[in-house]
Amino acid sequence: MSTFLQQLVNGLSLGSIYALIALGYTMVYGVLRLINFAHGDVYMLGAYAGYFLSRKLRGEEPSLLSALIVMAGSMVACAIAGMIIERFAYRPVRRASRLTLLITAIGVSLFIENGAQLVFGPDPKFFPSLAPHADFRLGHVRITSEQLTVIVVSVLLMLALRFFILKTRTGKAMRAVSFSLDAAKLMGISTDAIIAATFALGSALAAAAGVLIGMQIPKIDPLMGIIYGLKAFVAAVLGGIGNIPGAVLGGLLIGISEVMVVGYLSSTYRDAIAFGILILVLLLRPQGILGRVQKEKV
Amino acid sequence: MALWAANGLLSGTLVPGVQISPYFLQVLCLAGINIILAVSLNLINGFTGQFSIGHAGFMAIGAYASAYVTVTFGDKIRAALAFLPQGGRDGALLLAGLAVGGALAAIAGFLVGVPSLRLRGDYLAIVTLGFGEIIRVFILNIDAVGGARGFTGISKLANFFWIYLFAAITILVVSRIVRSSFGRTLIAIREDEIAAEAMGVDTTRSKVISFIVSSALAGIAGGLFGHYLMYLHTNSFTFIKSIEIIIMIVIGGLGSITGSVLGAVLYIGLTEGLREFAQYRMVLFSFLLVVLMIVRPQGILGHREFLTLLPKRWRLGVDAPPAGG
Repeated sequence: MSTFLQQLVNGLSLGSIYALIALGYTMVYGVLRLINFAHGDVYMLGAYAGYFLSRKLRGEEPSLLSALIVMAGSMVACAIAGMIIERFAYRPVRRASRLTLLITAIGVSLFIENGAQLVFGPDPKFFPSLAPHADFRLGHVRITSEQLTVIVVSVLLMLALRFFILKTRTGKAMRAVSFSLDAAKLMGISTDAIIAATFALGSALAAAAGVLIGMQIPKIDPLMGIIYGLKAFVAAVLGGIGNIPGAVLGGLLIGISEVMVVGYLSSTYRDAIAFGILILVLLLRPQGILGRVQKEKV
Repeated sequence: MALWAANGLLSGTLVPGVQISPYFLQVLCLAGINIILAVSLNLINGFTGQFSIGHAGFMAIGAYASAYVTVTFGDKIRAALAFLPQGGRDGALLLAGLAVGGALAAIAGFLVGVPSLRLRGDYLAIVTLGFGEIIRVFILNIDAVGGARGFTGISKLANFFWIYLFAAITILVVSRIVRSSFGRTLIAIREDEIAAEAMGVDTTRSKVISFIVSSALAGIAGGLFGHYLMYLHTNSFTFIKSIEIIIMIVIGGLGSITGSVLGAVLYIGLTEGLREFAQYRMVLFSFLLVVLMIVRPQGILGHREFLTLLPKRWRLGVDAPPAGG
């Protein structure tokens, strides 16, 4: 039982990372109906932004303030990166076929991955520690301070996102664009700005995930975004793509099931489980757990 | 003629007196394998309009299955065919391996296609992507085919002759399909799935058949790949490989067979030609891909075939290609 609880804690912490990335996928899919393949790479850029920022702050003791600066700086950097990607790659092809959009996304993803290998070097880098390490014990269950940080920060960010989407004008406009791009435009919503804001928001969440994973597994490399991105995308589909609570639920489920498979079966199947779940979901409930069936219109 | 060319290439001379370096021959052979992959993927992505991004997974199934057949049963089959000359025995063994590899890849295509092709939109992309990764992980865990060490001890059965024979067969099969009435249903699905369904096309059935043919051909390409390089590792069949094939058909033109051939040759040629600038190469390719999508999303040839670009009197009796939108 204690092993199970321990795995559950590990799964929650990993799942929170997936959930944060999945939110970006689901939000972009909501407004553009686009699988943003480059999203996993924005997460990688977030980890690198955090790495360079914390190197800059080196010399100071690891403190809450410096951790916050690193996190916020990386989120801002990636929000800008997300808007650049949207402006220069996706906006020119937005009116083209969805296939064109998808191939563009794949191209952007490859460009970031290979560009990062060129600029940052292909070797993994060690992420400096941002906060003093501590272990907490709850009975037989051990929670590291990093895991706790991941869970707490993710919950805070998700609550902030929920507030933003439901209570602010921009959030309301995002929901309108996601409901119908053309109708939103007719109602006087500046859809270009809202789509850019959606990319900025999603990218900032991915950057936070990148910094958090850097703290937890202190090793980052330019291709780390591929597998995390794919799994987070599966999480978004599992929860129901376009659905924000669904992305969180899907992320946590994927994280927990992955950790359970590693714990009880074999670590070699680690990367297969997410895709196995994906195929089951598409067979049994293609709209995802919380998704609604969309009527096909001519 | 073909046999003569094959013999010439095996000994390093195509035209008597002109030597081909082994390196150039290898590049040619890899280009041939990629022509099979690109043309077969174009059947599903370009002509049927369904986006598959797991072609490398089917290639992996074909590669491992056919290599397993020739390695395990190779001696028995060779002994049974003792009456044939050496080349004939090797060829028969290769064909047996390719048949098994292609058949297994076709079955996998059926299993993946049926659930995902019922759905519309991006689901096929997602499922094929996931499937490609699952296959890789499973092969990595099968010890009989080497697991993480890689599959060694495969005889070199494939050569220029076999590779280009199958490239020609692939081009023939796909172009015959596309020009048949079945091919018209595929193009109808690409242009407007709902309209096609309203016209009485069984869209799921057509899509699944197209997907199975495409997968089987990818399996054969995989079998040739393994028997040419004599070594297999799952790292050759990652998501990146699937993306490479997509880049080839997108460059050449989705829905153009000659475009796929051109794309495969261009891609392999550029990859090899830019070997010195290996670290810049992919940055350049991906950048060009995005620019191509913005400037000319239909690829170099679009839906057209190369011959139709020539003035009419040079077309050698080739009909106009299936019209595209």
